[in-house]
Amino acid sequence: MSAALLVARQALRESLRRRVFAVVLGLTLLFGGLYWWGCSELFKDVSDFGQNDVGLDATSLAGATILGMAMFGTLFLGVVLAVFLTLGAARGDAERGLLQPLIVRPLGRSHYLLGRFLAAAGVSMAYVAMCFAGAVVITGLEGGWWPTNVAGAGLRLVAAVLVMCAMSVLGSVFLSSNANGIAVLMLFGAGLLAGLLGSIGDALGSHTLQRIADTASWILPFEGLYRDALRMLVADVQGVAGAIVQLGPLGGSHDAGPLLLPFAVLYVAGVLAAAAAAFGRKDL
Amino acid sequence: MPALAATAVSKRYGATQALRGVDLDVQDGELLGLLGPNGAGKSTLVKIACGLVRPTGGDVQVCGAPAGSLDARRALGYLAELFRFPGWATAGELLELHQRLAGSSGGDAERAELLDLVGLADERDRRVETMSKGMQQRLGIAQALVGSPRLLLLDEPTSALDPAGRRTVRALLEELRRRGVAVLLNTHLLSEVERVCDRVAIIDHGRLVAAGTPAELGGAETVEVETAAGVRRFPGGREEVPALVARLVAEGEDIFGVRVVRSSLEDAYLAAVAAAAAGGAL
Repeated sequence: MSAALLVARQALRESLRRRVFAVVLGLTLLFGGLYWWGCSELFKDVSDFGQNDVGLDATSLAGATILGMAMFGTLFLGVVLAVFLTLGAARGDAERGLLQPLIVRPLGRSHYLLGRFLAAAGVSMAYVAMCFAGAVVITGLEGGWWPTNVAGAGLRLVAAVLVMCAMSVLGSVFLSSNANGIAVLMLFGAGLLAGLLGSIGDALGSHTLQRIADTASWILPFEGLYRDALRMLVADVQGVAGAIVQLGPLGGSHDAGPLLLPFAVLYVAGVLAAAAAAFGRKDL
Repeated sequence: MPALAATAVSKRYGATQALRGVDLDVQDGELLGLLGPNGAGKSTLVKIACGLVRPTGGDVQVCGAPAGSLDARRALGYLAELFRFPGWATAGELLELHQRLAGSSGGDAERAELLDLVGLADERDRRVETMSKGMQQRLGIAQALVGSPRLLLLDEPTSALDPAGRRTVRALLEELRRRGVAVLLNTHLLSEVERVCDRVAIIDHGRLVAAGTPAELGGAETVEVETAAGVRRFPGGREEVPALVARLVAEGEDIFGVRVVRSSLEDAYLAAVAAAAAGGAL
């Protein structure tokens, strides 16, 4: 385990020295600033709505909608960060000649992969948690709207990034850096589209579309986790506003049941075990 | 127990048979030069020894432990033919990382000694990305020596070095032999091998086609006699010249010149590779 932590430390050190985190932090602050401004303007606009005939709670609608979008943005940025930190972890680094001097040391290949995963997962999860918490605070301060289950939604968001990180590590064993980055981001897009199909299926009552989305939720659990997080975010928004915000950006809220989170943990463990087994047999 | 013992090692990459039953050993304190044309299987053999590649057949032991095992990797140092170090790291940081990975307790003193050995004593705080290829190669050798390995596997360690750098590495190899370190030196530079190696192994088409000391492989002497019929060659050395000349004169030959020619390692290498190509592999 200490060898894995050593590799993780080295990977984090590289990101720090190459100013990866400085760039990410700068752009995130910009994103946060724009979000704050957007929230401020949005809540100013909806404050004039007052009571209306259809019983629309404008503040809840605005808060849940913009926070739902921020959640999607956070997930996307977290996934991009996780993928870019791991896309060349195995084959890419081997092709560049970076891996061989490390791998011949008395350190198991599985420990090396685990180290790379821990570094990327730790950074991406912290990043997602921080961004999401920031968005919740900004939304609450500007509009006075606070979702009730912030921790549950945040936990699922973080777990979704963890799943993507593990998938990227597995892909890095078989694919070169560019191919792996493209493949993982395309899988991410495919999962989100499956979620969108599920929302359409829910709206139209199409069991086929719902089945496609449900199946995708288990094959690519980050998608189910994201939709479950969205559900937790907007669960307390009632009436028309609740119906609207549950549609969400790229896949509406969906209750995947209590097994999804433990399944995701097992899924990550299984993906990492598969990556370690394949990497252990690979000629470098 | 040899530092490296390879027995009937074979390796197949898809349709390509890279190694075909190679037997090779390197003793403690021995410097073995591994020669062969491009694609002969030399790098594959080195990679199998350090656990980067799994053999299809045969057995490789490093200091008594199966190649690729943690014990084997604890006993060896390796410099790859195509390697890259993180450009953001300094020479000192890189060595420190490898010390941690190798479990070396040498600390600062070991880092200073290794950098001094490869002529980089003043470059400790210099980032890798600002170093020339030759300096990086010397840093690579220092990295391979972290943890005082019993076996050192060097794959083309002097390919980017200038003459002064090569001399530094030659001196280093001699120092390592003095310390009892076994070295497997994979190179194309026959002059390097001839100067520093105790033994030479020549590999071609995945087979060991010749092995011996540089003198054994390249030391065969021939007497060239210039006669009226042209230059005639006879096996033998300086001691055979008087009897040979007397015999030829007695046979009625006119002798215009005599010289003793000693074949070089290059001749031996080319002959061995040509013989292998003609189907005469050992």
